Amino acid sequence: MNLPTSQGLYAYTGGRSFDPARPTVVFIHGAEHDHSVWSLQSRYLAHHGYSVLAFDLPGHMRSAGPALASVEAMADRLHDSIEASGVQRVLVVGHSMGSLITLELAGRIGERMLGAALVSAAFPMSVSDALLVATRDDASAAMDMINVWSHSASIEAFQRKPSNPGPGFSNVWQNLRLMQRIAGRDGPEVLALDFAACSAYAGGLEAARSMACPALFVLGELDLMTPVRSARSLIDACADATVVVLEGGGHSLMSERPDEVLAALKEFAARVFAPNGDA
Amino acid sequence: MTVRYPGFDTLALHAGQPPDPATGARAVPIYASTSFVFEDSDHAAALFNMERAGHVYSRISNPTVAVFEERMAALERGVGAIATASGQAALHLAIATLMGAGSHIVASRSLYGGSHNLLAYTLPRFGVETTFVSPRDLAAWRAAIRPSTRLLFGETLGNPGLDVLDLPAVSALAHEHGLPLLVDSTFTTPWLMTPFDHGADLVYHSATKFLGGHGVAIGGVLIDGGTFDWLASGRYPTLTEPYAGFHGMNFAEESTVAPFLLRARREGLRDFGACMSAHTAFLLLQGIETLPLRMQRHVENTREVVRFLAGHQAVESVAYPELESHPDHALAQRLLPRGAGAVFSFNLRGSRAAGSAFVEALRVFSHLANVGDAKSLVIHPASTTHFRVPDDELAAAGITQGTIRLSVGLEDRADLLDDLAQALKRAQKVA
Repeated sequence: MNLPTSQGLYAYTGGRSFDPARPTVVFIHGAEHDHSVWSLQSRYLAHHGYSVLAFDLPGHMRSAGPALASVEAMADRLHDSIEASGVQRVLVVGHSMGSLITLELAGRIGERMLGAALVSAAFPMSVSDALLVATRDDASAAMDMINVWSHSASIEAFQRKPSNPGPGFSNVWQNLRLMQRIAGRDGPEVLALDFAACSAYAGGLEAARSMACPALFVLGELDLMTPVRSARSLIDACADATVVVLEGGGHSLMSERPDEVLAALKEFAARVFAPNGDA
Repeated sequence: MTVRYPGFDTLALHAGQPPDPATGARAVPIYASTSFVFEDSDHAAALFNMERAGHVYSRISNPTVAVFEERMAALERGVGAIATASGQAALHLAIATLMGAGSHIVASRSLYGGSHNLLAYTLPRFGVETTFVSPRDLAAWRAAIRPSTRLLFGETLGNPGLDVLDLPAVSALAHEHGLPLLVDSTFTTPWLMTPFDHGADLVYHSATKFLGGHGVAIGGVLIDGGTFDWLASGRYPTLTEPYAGFHGMNFAEESTVAPFLLRARREGLRDFGACMSAHTAFLLLQGIETLPLRMQRHVENTREVVRFLAGHQAVESVAYPELESHPDHALAQRLLPRGAGAVFSFNLRGSRAAGSAFVEALRVFSHLANVGDAKSLVIHPASTTHFRVPDDELAAAGITQGTIRLSVGLEDRADLLDDLAQALKRAQKVA
């Protein structure tokens, strides 16, 4: 659905109508992705007592462009849309680049943000030189690098059960096609902009220290894009951090380990919304 | 810096199946169960409502069948696959998912006879019309497209004349009109060609043929490349608008790159029911494990047989794209560098009786209606697979009364050549 006051931003609502009076889970995707990377988790929560807003970031798939050049600018746009939606109690869930946006949103939403779930997070989120060069010179090679590095060890990426979003699907090729679709639809500059935003973002530790709400880190043991050790400084900076490391998991945890990611989010949502008796 | 995905041979053996977590079984277990126990009521509801991934009922999905599907998706570089009861069921599933009465298809006229029947005679009863065109005539493809057209369709290697479909050109034309290209890749298999790399959007196989390879199971598989932007096209409400048959689900919102597969499984398998059994999937998987080795040998044997026939005085012509005489020779060199398959046709000199004598004299080649078996096969298309195709369309597809189709198997080459030689001698006596 398109929220009527969201200034051109698209948000998937999990197959249910959106009700701002409910506790709301906001999902934010990572670089060169869109809302569909959260399809199982967002759909489940939307049918279990929560409202869901799974955004397409500006300039990504269904959201009007242009793509933005900084994490702060992305957070500003999302904040405007979240405010316009009228939600009162929010849990924000971000993946990779989306986890940085989640940190920034905490300061903007303030006390109405009751939790921050950071999936495949790292700080700093410096993109490797090899990948930056490929992004500039050979987008196809860059997407292959991302795709290979986003999935845990070699052949196992083609064997994961359950496959996402259901039996018969290929996690690996879906991820590649999604990146190709966004590049084809929104332009080759989107990936470069996203990566530049990740690399340039410097406010992570400050945002984490200032965050008043509990944080959940969901990390992949074998993640090559955002290794577990790269989240340590953020974890230490958060006043209330819970860490879930998925054994054998890579970077694309929502598709590689959909049930375990959902279980972690369910438990966290129940915890952060429970004092209000909502869920 | 370069990265690499697992290679074809590795995927053919391992994709879709880790060692069985319950038993440690290395081979794919046959999950001969119609249905699967829910953890609790919430799990049941979540599976039914596509909130969680898993198996409910084997008409919709089955663990053994899913291994076959995910292996084929891996090999074709598609976002997913759906196994079906046959190749014909896969073709029907693709069409029924994309369109309804009032829709139109543009198809190559060089098709398997069963596919031609479906398009020419059966689907019109349901309001879906097809215009057949020469696969080599790009202007004809273009001229046949109407506002109601929803699909372009051809075979990677046309049956039986082996017209090589110019995938880059036909797919570009399709995309220019906001339409997807579906191809039957049965004759090529993903080892000889991955059609998504050349512009196709949907691929299906009669898995009965080279994928299985042993001639023991009927099955099909439909694979989505995830390349076609259904939303941007605006012509596919079944994928981009709420579906009353599944709680108002908008499949394109659920999955940006695979709404076709979601609808095909949730509607097509559910309602039409042409699913694959676990036993069939197991048999087909045994074949896929050796697909790379078999295809290599199929092609090597075929080249020898083609060379032999092309030089034989009893043979009028041989239609094989690796021959310079074939009209698609240059295209085949570009699209099929590993070989042009193991099924081809040739014309005998003399009467139809010579053809009958030839077929009946063969001893290593089996006279039957199939291709892609490990064993060599022969058939007379005009009286069998293409029996219901009118004469003018037969001629347009390059089929005459003297056309013989061979499917070259894995036997010793010398035995194949000896068998052909003695049968040709017999044919010459009645020519």
